[in-house]
Amino acid sequence: MTDDLTHMDGNCLAGPLSEILAVEPTAAWWRCPQCGRSGTLAQLHVYGPEPGMTAVCPGCAYIALRLVKEEDHVWLALGSGTSAVRFRTA
Amino acid sequence: MRLSWRTARLVERRAQTATARTLVLTVPDWPGHLAGQHVDVRLTADDGYQAVRSYSLAAPPDADRIELGVQTVESGEVSPYLADELPVGADVEVRGPLGNWFVWRPEETRPALLVAGGSGVVPLAAMIRAHGRAGTAGPLTLLYSARTPDDVWYRDDLDGGGERLDVRYVYTRRAPLGSVRPPGRVARADLDQAVARLVKDSPVFVCGPTAFVETVSDALVDLGCSPDAIRTERFG
Amino acid sequence: MRPVGSLSPGFRGRARTLTDRLPPGQYPTESFPVLSAGPTPHVATDGWTFTVTTETGDSRTWTWQQMMDLPQEDIVQDIHCVTRWSKFDTHWRGVSLDVFLEDVETAATYVKATSYGGYTTNLPLADLRGGKAWIVHGYDGFALSPEHGGPARLLVPHLYLWKSAKWVSGLRLTREDEPGFWESVGYHNYGDPWREQRNWGD
Repeated sequence: MTDDLTHMDGNCLAGPLSEILAVEPTAAWWRCPQCGRSGTLAQLHVYGPEPGMTAVCPGCAYIALRLVKEEDHVWLALGSGTSAVRFRTA
Repeated sequence: MRLSWRTARLVERRAQTATARTLVLTVPDWPGHLAGQHVDVRLTADDGYQAVRSYSLAAPPDADRIELGVQTVESGEVSPYLADELPVGADVEVRGPLGNWFVWRPEETRPALLVAGGSGVVPLAAMIRAHGRAGTAGPLTLLYSARTPDDVWYRDDLDGGGERLDVRYVYTRRAPLGSVRPPGRVARADLDQAVARLVKDSPVFVCGPTAFVETVSDALVDLGCSPDAIRTERFG
Repeated sequence: MRPVGSLSPGFRGRARTLTDRLPPGQYPTESFPVLSAGPTPHVATDGWTFTVTTETGDSRTWTWQQMMDLPQEDIVQDIHCVTRWSKFDTHWRGVSLDVFLEDVETAATYVKATSYGGYTTNLPLADLRGGKAWIVHGYDGFALSPEHGGPARLLVPHLYLWKSAKWVSGLRLTREDEPGFWESVGYHNYGDPWREQRNWGD
């Protein structure tokens, strides 16, 4: 469904997410609340580059998560809303 | 898991093509990895500026030695430095192994298909080498799209793989003299032959530039591969 | 802790030249890198509209042709991206936001810019007035391409470029400041490149 072909995929979230998650994240399961497609985080389409990365459903582009890297923090928001969590990483 | 940055020392650099390099690094207490995983490499300038990039691991674990494949990106910030400037004996930092989805495991007994576009061959080479060590694993087919014969990485490994490894090259710009297939992008006919050895739910790994991965994945689904069996890695 | 300098010897990164045109932490580039937060929306000009909505719900909408009939300006500005590149003397064509906001009656002090595709960003209304911000539809003599925000984007060059919403569809004037797409996930609420306001708390 995408035609701009600049995205990466969720494999590239492994490093940044490893800074805040205890379990390997890219094999984790996710279901799209908009189109119902399910799969792993590795299969999401990721737009960027850093400091702001947006991972979207490969089927309908619904926003699965946003990740923002700062020098001493990682911010994570699940979904498209304005609720985000800031983790101290340094 | 909260992976920490580890110091890694460059111990060997080999040219794969005019612009591609194999870097061998030693990482004390490296925990091992699976074929297909990658690492993040962090460089630090004198003024404290840091740059991080991801590189696929090109070989299965070998004690504390890891092998990366680096393709120089013109006007890139990191790859020209790693490919040509970082002195042998000097240190960088690495974090990993990373990713647990785009991985091939030696206990896999079904035939598998690997499709590489350009430097997308790097993680697939790790799978091929791990496969060579695992005697009972199912056969592998590699379909490798490269611009010209001079752009092929790991030629010795790929051509010396024996019966259990079937390698097919697709040249997009210039094919060898006498080649039957004219140069051109991976087409349905190329994939048609490559999927012939697969069984139901055989794993398929596709790695390359985003446009390549999209085209190949769509064609594989058209040819009857299950979308759930196709694992992809795009590098933008 | 090993001393800086013992790692990756000789690595410099991109040339961080110091000139008075370059905000701190930026490097100059000739290219125009594309940043995105999702697939590029392709918006046809014949269906394009731009709507300004006030805090009381009053709204005014311009079609493409109505926007093109407004006074056009050629704009030359330096732009600064939070991914650390800056580009000097970029040439744009478009309409000053003073023109769109001229007859709008409002007591609002903030704006939420909205885009086709769902992107949002927040700014003080004052930063869109006084000849500092535009709706642009031309870049370097050509129609603005979709990957750079065409058919039309916001241009607020005195702030980091994420404030210059691509594929802009409207402005919502608000009394309260509401963080946008990136501001709610840690980007700075205002984003002044000269004060290096990259992140929340900078």
